[in-house]
Amino acid sequence: MLNWDLLSNALVSGVLLGGFYCAVAVGITIAFGMLDIVNIAHPAFIMMGAFIAYFFNTSYGVDPLLACVIAAPFAYIGGRLMYRLYYLAFERHGEESLQGLAFFFGLLFIIEVGLLLIFGVDYRFVEARYIGPGIEIGFVSIPWRMLIGLIVGLAMVGGVALFNAKTFTGRAILAVSQDPGALRLVGGDPVHVKEIAFGISIATAIIAGALLIIIQPVEPSIGRDFIGRVFAICVLGGMTSLPGTVIAAMLLGIAEALTTTYLGPSWAPAVSFGILLLTLGVRPSGILGR
Amino acid sequence: MTLPHASDSAVGENRARLRARALLPLAGMAIVLALVFFALDWVGTDYAYLAAYTVLQYVVLATAWNILGGYAGYVNFASAAFFAVGVYTSVIVYKTVKLPLIATMPLAAVAAGLLGLGVGYLTLRLRGTFFSIATLALSVVMSTLVVNWAYVGGSRGVYVLRPQTIDFFGPYTRYLCIVMLIMAILSIVIARAVERSWFGRGLAALKDDEIAAECAGVPSLRLKLAATALSGALMGAAGAPFPFFVTYVDPATAFGLSIAVNTIAMPLIGGTSTWIGPVIGAVLLGSLQQIATVTISSALNLLIVGVLMVIFITLAPNGIVGLVQKIRERRA
Repeated sequence: MLNWDLLSNALVSGVLLGGFYCAVAVGITIAFGMLDIVNIAHPAFIMMGAFIAYFFNTSYGVDPLLACVIAAPFAYIGGRLMYRLYYLAFERHGEESLQGLAFFFGLLFIIEVGLLLIFGVDYRFVEARYIGPGIEIGFVSIPWRMLIGLIVGLAMVGGVALFNAKTFTGRAILAVSQDPGALRLVGGDPVHVKEIAFGISIATAIIAGALLIIIQPVEPSIGRDFIGRVFAICVLGGMTSLPGTVIAAMLLGIAEALTTTYLGPSWAPAVSFGILLLTLGVRPSGILGR
Repeated sequence: MTLPHASDSAVGENRARLRARALLPLAGMAIVLALVFFALDWVGTDYAYLAAYTVLQYVVLATAWNILGGYAGYVNFASAAFFAVGVYTSVIVYKTVKLPLIATMPLAAVAAGLLGLGVGYLTLRLRGTFFSIATLALSVVMSTLVVNWAYVGGSRGVYVLRPQTIDFFGPYTRYLCIVMLIMAILSIVIARAVERSWFGRGLAALKDDEIAAECAGVPSLRLKLAATALSGALMGAAGAPFPFFVTYVDPATAFGLSIAVNTIAMPLIGGTSTWIGPVIGAVLLGSLQQIATVTISSALNLLIVGVLMVIFITLAPNGIVGLVQKIRERRA
């Protein structure tokens, strides 16, 4: 016997969760999909964003989202510097596969343990007026905090898509993703373009961190749960495609919400891995892949 | 074409000499390990055995990781998952048939090897990065499985009783230490054999250029699968004695971050191109951590390992072995 009440609530919360996953994964679609930089430390930067929001919220009463929007330009600069280092140390020698992976793994680890040493293992949360209440439409309830995740997540993907379509740099990023050699031939500098794009990628991670701590309490090690998610979304969405990212994020959100509703929340982390393995095994090019 | 008989035997003699020289470091290591063991017996405390056990466990894990990571260049982030498969195989055996540890270890190796084969089959046909990403997620999914599996303790964990002593070997901690020592020697011998055989040369070829290797007739998928299964099996076998070592197992310790990080950091810091690199890394970092946990917190301890790893891969990508080689070359 299907319970419509339960099912519709699960579907709605899945779409809301998917919106948040858009914010989480858009940076990986840029870094991994377009630039071919396997930044497995991406979730760690999300956690960094969450704790930036936490710090400014509890110490100065700043709105968590605002705190991270202000922090985003600094993250952009940090991301550019990080790409410089990555390029000089690994990519230039063509050694990005093994050493580059280990480099980002090390970063992931350093950030996680660093956060652990500073903030401890307790769950931390932020305070804002929109955390708590929600709107009820019939028997479906929509919490404000999830709605904000959806709106900001979609806005971030839309912003990146607009930037890529309208600006010169944006089109250069697309060119790098298709053929860096050809970009060099027409007088562009792939390294410079990748540097800018990687900066943007890290900035999105910081903002996604604010959304994360608005949605749920966080502790440093939950970042690891997002590694499977971001890459599952990126691969399922077809690597470079932004619309694909949105569709894949929604699918994962719905799949996780259904799993949580019918099997229990403790099974949810396994969903993304299942999707990732299935995609890699059956259709590695993803839904909207070429 | 015929060759003179005399030069043939000279070649054979030369080869024998080369082989003897190649065996020398192995023999040296065996002597060192035996000496360490006598020293432990001389100290004779449980703590000494347990500290040595931890270091030896890392020798096995680092050597096992290097078979795939160092020789073939495929980065496996799921060492904790393979290790935990061994740990929980051991827990299941303990709760059902209570086989002796020696018989449990092959079972754990088979279970972890099959896991490697399965994940490898799905992801190794694609670019190496996909394999690495899948292994990253594998740890999460395996711990989710264990958390939801009440029989092996779920998230609350499970207690394992170990006997105080065991026949012939004396204290059980000493026995565990001997088992791990044998395991370490075995895995080094295996890694060394892989390195010097056609198997290792095939892996090295596909590490350099997979397409070229494939064109030259290297069965790259089969070699990668075999390396993944072998490396996973050794990690699983290393996990089997763990429940008796800690006597209380929960997902947080079995899937511990320290195992995931150390297993990758040790070969990378020691040097990935030869079997000695991971051993050097494991002994060095393992002993340092044993000393450091007494004096500083374990989180800070792990942070140091992470920072060291990043520094090494950025500045000395061939590890300590590479640094030593460079110094030697400069002298020569």
